[in-house]
Amino acid sequence: MAEAARVPVGAVMVVGGGIAGLQAALDLAESGFYVYLVERSPSIGGMMARLDKTFPTNDCAMCILSPKLVECGRHLNIEVLTHSELVDLRGQPGDFTAVVRTAPRYVDPEKCTGCGDCEKECPVRVPNEYEGYLSQRRAIYRPFPQAFPNAYSIEKSSVPLCQAACPSGVHAQGYVALLAAGKYREAVALIKRDTPFPAICGRVCNHPCEANCKRGLVDEPVAIAALKRFLGDWEAATGEPIVPDPAPPNGKKVAVVGGGPAGLSCAFYLALRGYGVTVYEAAERPGGMMVLGIPAYRLPREVLDTEIEALRRLGVEIRCGVRVGEDITVEDLRRAGYDAYYLAVGAHGAARLGIPGEHLEGVISGVEFLRRVNLGQPVAVGERVAVIGGGNVAMDAARSALRLGAREVWVLYRRSRNEMPAAPWEREAAEAEGVRFEYLIAPLEVLGGDRVVGLRCQRMRLGAPDASGRRRPEPIPGQQLEMPFDTVIQAVGQAPHFAQLASSFGVPVDSRGWMKADVLTGATEVPGVFAGGDAVTGPRTLIEAIAAGKRAAESIHRYLEGRDLHEGRQLDPVPLVVGEVPRGIPRAPRARMPELPVAERVRSFAEVDRGLDEEAARAEAARCLACGVCASCYECERVCRAEAVRHQDRERVREIRVGAVVLCPGFDVLDARGLEEYGLGKYPDVVTSVQFERILSASGPYEGHVRRPSDGRVPRRIAFVQCVGSRDVRRGRTYCSAVCCMYAIKEAVIAKEHVGDLETTIFYMDMRAYGKDFEQYYRRAREEYGVRFVPAKVQRVTQGADGSLKVRFAPEEGEVTEEEFDLVVLSVGMAPEEGARRLAERLGIQLDEDGFPVSPGRDPVATSRPGVFVCGPFAGPKDIPETVVEASAAAAAAGAILAPARGQLVREKEYPPERPVEHDPPRIGVFVCHCGINIGGVVDVPQVAEYARSLPGVVYAEHNLYTCSQDTQQRIKELIAEYALNRVVVASCSPRTHEALFQETIREAGLNPHLFQMANIRDQCSWVHMAQPEQATAKAKDLVRMAVARAALLRPLREVSVPVTPSVLVIGGGPAGMTAALEVARQGFEVHLVEQRAELGGHLRQLGWTADGSDAEELCRHLVREVESNARIRVYLNSQVGRVEGFVGNFRSLIRDHRGHTREVEHGAIIVATGAVPASTDEYLCGSHPRVITQLELERRLRAGELDARRVVFIGCVGSREEGRPYCSRVCCIQTVKCALKLLEGDGRREVYLLYRDVRTYGLHEEAYRRARERGMVCIRYQEGSKPEVRAEEDALLVRCYDPILGHSIELEADLVVLGTGLDPAPGNRQLAQLLKVPLNQDGFFLEAHVKLRPVDFATDGVFVAGTAHAPKLLPEVIAQAKAAAARAVTVVSRTHIRAGGVVTTVNEARCTGCGTCESICQFGAIKVDPERQVARVEPALCKGCGACVAGCRCGAATLQGFTEEQIMAEVAAL
Amino acid sequence: MSGDGDFQPRVLAFLCHWCSYAGADLAGISRLQYPPNVRVVRVPCSGAVNPLWILKALQRGVDGVLVSGCHPGDCHYLAGNYVARRRLALLKDLLDYVGMEPGRVSFSWVSAAEGQKFAQIIREVTETVRALGPGRKLVKEVATDD
Repeated sequence: MAEAARVPVGAVMVVGGGIAGLQAALDLAESGFYVYLVERSPSIGGMMARLDKTFPTNDCAMCILSPKLVECGRHLNIEVLTHSELVDLRGQPGDFTAVVRTAPRYVDPEKCTGCGDCEKECPVRVPNEYEGYLSQRRAIYRPFPQAFPNAYSIEKSSVPLCQAACPSGVHAQGYVALLAAGKYREAVALIKRDTPFPAICGRVCNHPCEANCKRGLVDEPVAIAALKRFLGDWEAATGEPIVPDPAPPNGKKVAVVGGGPAGLSCAFYLALRGYGVTVYEAAERPGGMMVLGIPAYRLPREVLDTEIEALRRLGVEIRCGVRVGEDITVEDLRRAGYDAYYLAVGAHGAARLGIPGEHLEGVISGVEFLRRVNLGQPVAVGERVAVIGGGNVAMDAARSALRLGAREVWVLYRRSRNEMPAAPWEREAAEAEGVRFEYLIAPLEVLGGDRVVGLRCQRMRLGAPDASGRRRPEPIPGQQLEMPFDTVIQAVGQAPHFAQLASSFGVPVDSRGWMKADVLTGATEVPGVFAGGDAVTGPRTLIEAIAAGKRAAESIHRYLEGRDLHEGRQLDPVPLVVGEVPRGIPRAPRARMPELPVAERVRSFAEVDRGLDEEAARAEAARCLACGVCASCYECERVCRAEAVRHQDRERVREIRVGAVVLCPGFDVLDARGLEEYGLGKYPDVVTSVQFERILSASGPYEGHVRRPSDGRVPRRIAFVQCVGSRDVRRGRTYCSAVCCMYAIKEAVIAKEHVGDLETTIFYMDMRAYGKDFEQYYRRAREEYGVRFVPAKVQRVTQGADGSLKVRFAPEEGEVTEEEFDLVVLSVGMAPEEGARRLAERLGIQLDEDGFPVSPGRDPVATSRPGVFVCGPFAGPKDIPETVVEASAAAAAAGAILAPARGQLVREKEYPPERPVEHDPPRIGVFVCHCGINIGGVVDVPQVAEYARSLPGVVYAEHNLYTCSQDTQQRIKELIAEYALNRVVVASCSPRTHEALFQETIREAGLNPHLFQMANIRDQCSWVHMAQPEQATAKAKDLVRMAVARAALLRPLREVSVPVTPSVLVIGGGPAGMTAALEVARQGFEVHLVEQRAELGGHLRQLGWTADGSDAEELCRHLVREVESNARIRVYLNSQVGRVEGFVGNFRSLIRDHRGHTREVEHGAIIVATGAVPASTDEYLCGSHPRVITQLELERRLRAGELDARRVVFIGCVGSREEGRPYCSRVCCIQTVKCALKLLEGDGRREVYLLYRDVRTYGLHEEAYRRARERGMVCIRYQEGSKPEVRAEEDALLVRCYDPILGHSIELEADLVVLGTGLDPAPGNRQLAQLLKVPLNQDGFFLEAHVKLRPVDFATDGVFVAGTAHAPKLLPEVIAQAKAAAARAVTVVSRTHIRAGGVVTTVNEARCTGCGTCESICQFGAIKVDPERQVARVEPALCKGCGACVAGCRCGAATLQGFTEEQIMAEVAAL
Repeated sequence: MSGDGDFQPRVLAFLCHWCSYAGADLAGISRLQYPPNVRVVRVPCSGAVNPLWILKALQRGVDGVLVSGCHPGDCHYLAGNYVARRRLALLKDLLDYVGMEPGRVSFSWVSAAEGQKFAQIIREVTETVRALGPGRKLVKEVATDD
């Protein structure tokens, strides 16, 4: 075991599934390591998935990203863990244990087919974060259509507050949402999961849901009860109770004693489960307190009867007027063969005050009084009625007494109004009807002879709080009074009345007389006897009784099935988490039901509340804030035919062993709502740049039409405000976010492409177009597109009365100005992702004060914790290509630790041998997919399958609910064997998403994967012709016929294996070349390092300090030492590459030294790292005046201590960003600031001036610029057309320039003028480019395969680029790119073989004339004319299978395998 | 063919796998409705479309052909769409020369994000071809044709 511990774990965890994570994961997996890709959201893709186009090529972001998503998602050695977070990391580099927490998705991604049926049914609408909150999405959603996994996900924050507050857990948010969507039937059905009585509860429940409604934090709670009542009434109006189909009778019988809410609920839920239930009710009608306690003006009897009738229809037998223990004995019941009993007899006894005179005539208990009134029995009410008590019974009694004709009704309550237990709305209704309230008064004696004549009462006051938390009433000595009454109703509480019954069942009672039973399960000590409701708990609310009955039904069911009663159950499952108060929601008062006028009310028992009409109800329901997001309405579950929805999902925690960790969680954009001066969140037409990306996007909320969010109008004038949340000293965000300038230019340009006469203005501080080809993009935006650039700080954005936005800004020259715009875009900055920041701290990764990881040494991807690497914007603000570079660099760093474990954990799939079918006649199997109802709902799928059976070559056809489901895959394999199928056609969705899956399936069945063809009858048929089912069916048949015709001609395509030479040729011995060589060597591969000069070091030898201030010479020595001492690196000095032959994995090159000696080496990959050269100039007297020098010369003098200048003037952009050298050299500004700081720090009296066009100290380099200005560096902007002038006058060196802030020219006498001259491409580039057949850009730097996503690759496989050969860049960037190139090269050389062939071009030599057209067309150097035989030859390892050469072949010699003319024409002919 | 209202043109569309086919998929996912007259043949790249295929399709009685690829600069294969553009421009000239109505063959650029644009192009192409009526100019009428 000790032996094994020394070998690292060959797996890496990549945290963050944005473009950085995708790249790092792919590089690692391709280099022989197993990867866990941990992503917090439901899909990988990150921020890039939200972008419209990318600068500077205006590529569609989704077009270039989605193939990566698929590649990553399908990779056998990348495990994507979505909804997941790394929460802890233990152990050492090489052997970590990572703890990953995975939140529930609530949808099984294995089963989900992404069909979207669920989404259509989901009634919840929440702001769509993916669309910048400009549109809404559902609670069940897929962040974007191309998401991976292509599965839905439910957002559930917790149980909604209303539902959590309900004792019975009624899905209030759910039915409110369904009501809002007009789905009344579904809403009623949902209510009935938790209460059988919507109309009753909607009227008389005390609705704790409303008390907890989050909307109450905004204005008033949603009128949930009124909505439930609406639904209950709607159900009643349909005339048919909405009840789920009960389970078939199971032959078991349960007796329920007590027909109140608890008993009836229990009966209802038992009946649904197939039990035979008999309810024994003592009163003449069922309902318990619902009928005996609640007056009809609150709960009309027909409502009650209708809802109880529904139980009878379910088969529940209700026997009224039967008193168990008297009319029928417990023994009788036992003989009748009941399997279980539920005792829910309520609390119908009356509590008494125990004062003298209680037994006089005219004194009655509230319970008894209401019972008589409600049963229509005679009850005498006098003129003056006293009701004693302050609960709901007191209110009901008082209001009933009024209706029975009492002239005056008084409620006497011993505490004050605040302590009254009655519901406030009940009290208010009583007050409105004229009931009089006397507080702080307690009766001492009922006065009278044999009849009541009055009450003697005691005045009270409130003392200290008692056990209930309410202040205890105390008598005020000496304050007694007598009040005349002829009727006294004592409504002071209810009491048990069932001692006899309890004892005959053997159920014990507690000291107060209530039955003893488990409150959760209802189980009593007696097996098979359950009890609940008021009889157990004492008097409680209606909904609590219903909840008890529902729980008891579950318990009885479990009991009779012999299961544990408690497992997985708890009384109060979820704590209420209120969360923050929602912002920005317009206030809207809640709906109020119309009421019967008071005058009419007090004359009858007609219902007081009249209910909401449909319109009011739906409007009220729409007020719901969906605080739980998912409303748990189960509509998704109902419609999902794949049965993928699982609402019961739980969080999982997993421990995973990995050898290294790469953190790339990305960034947060600044929440600019905090910056009040810009008006975001206040004015709808002020948007962030991220929102504007979505506005521009063709797949965005406005489908790519540029519109204002407020009114949908097309804007005419758009302002972009730069540096929002960046370079902001006041708010402590001092760094530059590095990307905003370019994306603002891009957005301005694209917006102008969308809207013809649009004016766009960018307000900026410095236009930081510092990257490769950025400056040219900036120039084009200005000159060709007419984007207006205004150097000014925006002070404030306000809205005018007409809705236009007024932007107030301070230009460099002139007064503060205000201009009007239709839309304002805030270019918001980047900040480290908040959650990841906390994670980093927890993992012990040191962060700087801005929150970015501190990188020790000079390694841009290292962190303070060995074995944990970072990349992307989490490591510092940066754009996509740099992110991708860093991701590859991080992969290299991880690979360097784990090299000994390469291949240890990766899986390779084993397939059965391929069945040879080439010479057999086609036997085609056709599978037509219903895709749930997505295809089948429009296209007649069985008919299409039937039709397919008639097509030539088809021997089998069938239709499936989901052809992509796991079980159908299995079935396809079996049918291939059974029918000896040799071609398979699937008519379903898009080959882009599903072809690989089906190819895999037929491969597993022994067929070559290319013997497969798809017909897209969903995306191209059912979904786009939904209203034309006949034409859609006809088209589906056409598509199937075309697919079958083509399938008949399909041929197996085979790949060949080509061995790989495991070594790398690195050209250039500067910092990039040396770093790349070292990284490749660390991963265990041989390197040939070729340097044309006599020593290693390159440009680094000329530098004094690196941008971070460290010693360049020391770094250079260090690198050279490491390279020279590495046994795997062979260095060729004074040498050049003379000839390169071969292709990826198999190159052969000639290295020639200055003496002409040559040597041939073989290698699998090439890294070009030939660097750049410092530009020279004769401008500004450079070269002719000793005190005008370049930056490099300044550095040399500074290091040598030869500097003696008091006033130093730096001039930037010398010879750059103008004709001749149109690009920005990126490094000069930062080097200038670095030197300026050295000068200012070295001598306090020194004066430093900077004459600049834009100061491009991007990203974290802004800090140095800020410090230099703080120390007194004077910065003066000059324009391209009015450059500074430098002239020598006798001894004096004079610099003259225009100062825009002063508004006039100034002249400086300088001791030293330092010129920032930039970098030129290395002069040998052109020759090397020809040698390698790779391109250069217009400036002479090497041109990568793709500016965004393949920044170190060439289009030619196996050739990579790093360092300033690619474009000017700083040393840390050079090092990152060198590591990245190494990682990419290792993906080639770490394989023993590469596979070539498949969909590639082949040439029929008999037809080829060797004309070379194909060669000139091919972008990949894959096809060349053999000079000897004069025929074109294809190198399959290089061919990408685009087919461009084939279409260009004049003699029809070339064929693209898998897309032959014969096959295409078969499709066309079948049309 | 006087009853133009009843004429349902048959249009063939060659879509490149990476952009236009993806745009067609997005039109589907977004449930954007368009006329059911187009049948799609998927090709790796618009550059793979041989102009001869278009001619052969017209000869077989297809009423219109659409070729759609990635936007300039977006080609998955770097420059295939430029190759296509040059070839198809030439083909257009040829068709014009032989007297073919220019509306029978169309080219477009549709990205993976442009579902809306794809649907719009299909509507336009269908209506253009419908207005032209059945394409018979290149169809070889042979009495004994099986």
